[in-house]
Amino acid sequence: MHTRVIGTEVEYGITITNDDAFNPVTASALVVNSYGNGGDRVRWSYIDESPGRDARGFTLGETPIDETDSGLVNAVLDNGARLYVDHAHPEYSSPECADPLTATLYDKAGELVMHRAAVSASHLVRDGRTLILHKNNSDGKGNSYGAHENYLVDRQVPFSAIVHHLTAFLVSRQILTGSGKLGAEHGRDATDYQITQRADFFEEEIGLETTLKRPIINTRDEPHADPSVYRRLHVIFGDATMSEIQTFVKVGSTSLLLMALEDDALGQPIRLRSPVPAAHAVSRDLGLSHTLELRDGTMSSALALQWRYLELARDYAGTADISPVYKRVVAEWESLLIDLELGYENVADRLDWAAKLHLMEAYRTRDGLTWRNPKLALLDLQFHDIDPKRGLYHRLVRAGRMRRLFTDDQVDRAVSEPPENTRAWFRGESLRRYRSAVVAANWDSLVFDIGDSNLIRVPMMDPLRGTRGLVEALFDESPDASTLINKLGGEND
Amino acid sequence: MTERERSSRRESEDSTQHHDAVASRGDDVTDKIDDLLDEIDSVLEENAEEFVKNYVQKGGE
Repeated sequence: MHTRVIGTEVEYGITITNDDAFNPVTASALVVNSYGNGGDRVRWSYIDESPGRDARGFTLGETPIDETDSGLVNAVLDNGARLYVDHAHPEYSSPECADPLTATLYDKAGELVMHRAAVSASHLVRDGRTLILHKNNSDGKGNSYGAHENYLVDRQVPFSAIVHHLTAFLVSRQILTGSGKLGAEHGRDATDYQITQRADFFEEEIGLETTLKRPIINTRDEPHADPSVYRRLHVIFGDATMSEIQTFVKVGSTSLLLMALEDDALGQPIRLRSPVPAAHAVSRDLGLSHTLELRDGTMSSALALQWRYLELARDYAGTADISPVYKRVVAEWESLLIDLELGYENVADRLDWAAKLHLMEAYRTRDGLTWRNPKLALLDLQFHDIDPKRGLYHRLVRAGRMRRLFTDDQVDRAVSEPPENTRAWFRGESLRRYRSAVVAANWDSLVFDIGDSNLIRVPMMDPLRGTRGLVEALFDESPDASTLINKLGGEND
Repeated sequence: MTERERSSRRESEDSTQHHDAVASRGDDVTDKIDDLLDEIDSVLEENAEEFVKNYVQKGGE
């Protein structure tokens, strides 16, 4: 079966009310360090794998390791995720997931991790102050922080093909992926409201940067896996999304399109004449009627482009040997496009930008507010507050106005249990069963201390090994880490 | 049938159903929205202007 490994990385906005001396770095460290039981946490390891390494699965190596970076605020979670401070934000990087539904669940679990961390941290915040985390991407004052998606892609696909096929897709998918915001930033054309938080910050078609001169296609390529087999496509042109269906369609449609590309099922690429100005225009096109010029001289709206991509993806999904989850992606994607044709109100139950706009318009009607009223700016932020009591997304869900894919129980379980179909299971389960023996972890290895003179590093270069199906029996036969290591060694002999 | 034709066909079918549904709900919908706004008013940060002014993030990524 053709399987795609997917992950998301979300930086959360952070603030403490009534604190004139608020320091986002200190506050982010407080949040991360407050999560779970700080005393026996396992740290993230920065040890680099050698880039030319082509080992797969499990091989044992003995590596003396200098673990002196205890000042770094960084933890590995039982679900295989990474929680840390990136610049001045707490960040949650989901574990590797083998399908878009699981990736969505673990993205959502990240919100619960952050919320619990914030609740713990609140006990250390002075009375009268509140620590608040937002799953958003902009402060409305020209500062943006990321929500990245990553997709492991077959190294055989030339990067130029990815650029040619994906750029117009990413620009047009904004109508499905935006979480909406008031106004313009970064010197862009004024607007009352726009579809995405991120578009204004993008300046280039392609590049390595993520913090300035941001490109639609990012060229960062850290596969955290065998680089001769995989590249890791790092998609930085997207918004953090609260809506589960929206996140599902965002990562599902992108993954499906990349699968079709890998299987050479996309035909000639659809290419925009000017992708960067097009990105800004699409984000401002609330009526979904603005047309963009393609390189073949024809004009097409973002919605029409998404219909073309959906057709390609649906044809591919109809015959390809891929997870049945992708049929659900196609159905939800199509349903959104059908309803978007009727206007944004019809997708307010599934897309953040439409839900927020719908709410703002209701306030404008009832209270006669102008677009510049601070109450709307507050709504713009508080929609993304991850606290279920305060967050307006959560209020809409409870009022039955936004649809979900998961139950609270499913999200809760995803906080403490790793996904089953990737190496994240090995990572998370090692923590759950042998916590005291795990010294450090990163994406492609775990470091154990089983009492020998050297620490034992277990490489996990293949993201599709270390799954529950492959290693659960080994775990069940190993009452301690030492036994596990010996059995792994035996397997490799 | 091209995709565009197919999509506009869906549009007209769905559109009819949608408008019927809206017409039959009428004032009920307005009442519910007002209830929701009242509920949201009760959880919004007290000083909108102050909160928004103080919300300044550092860039990230």
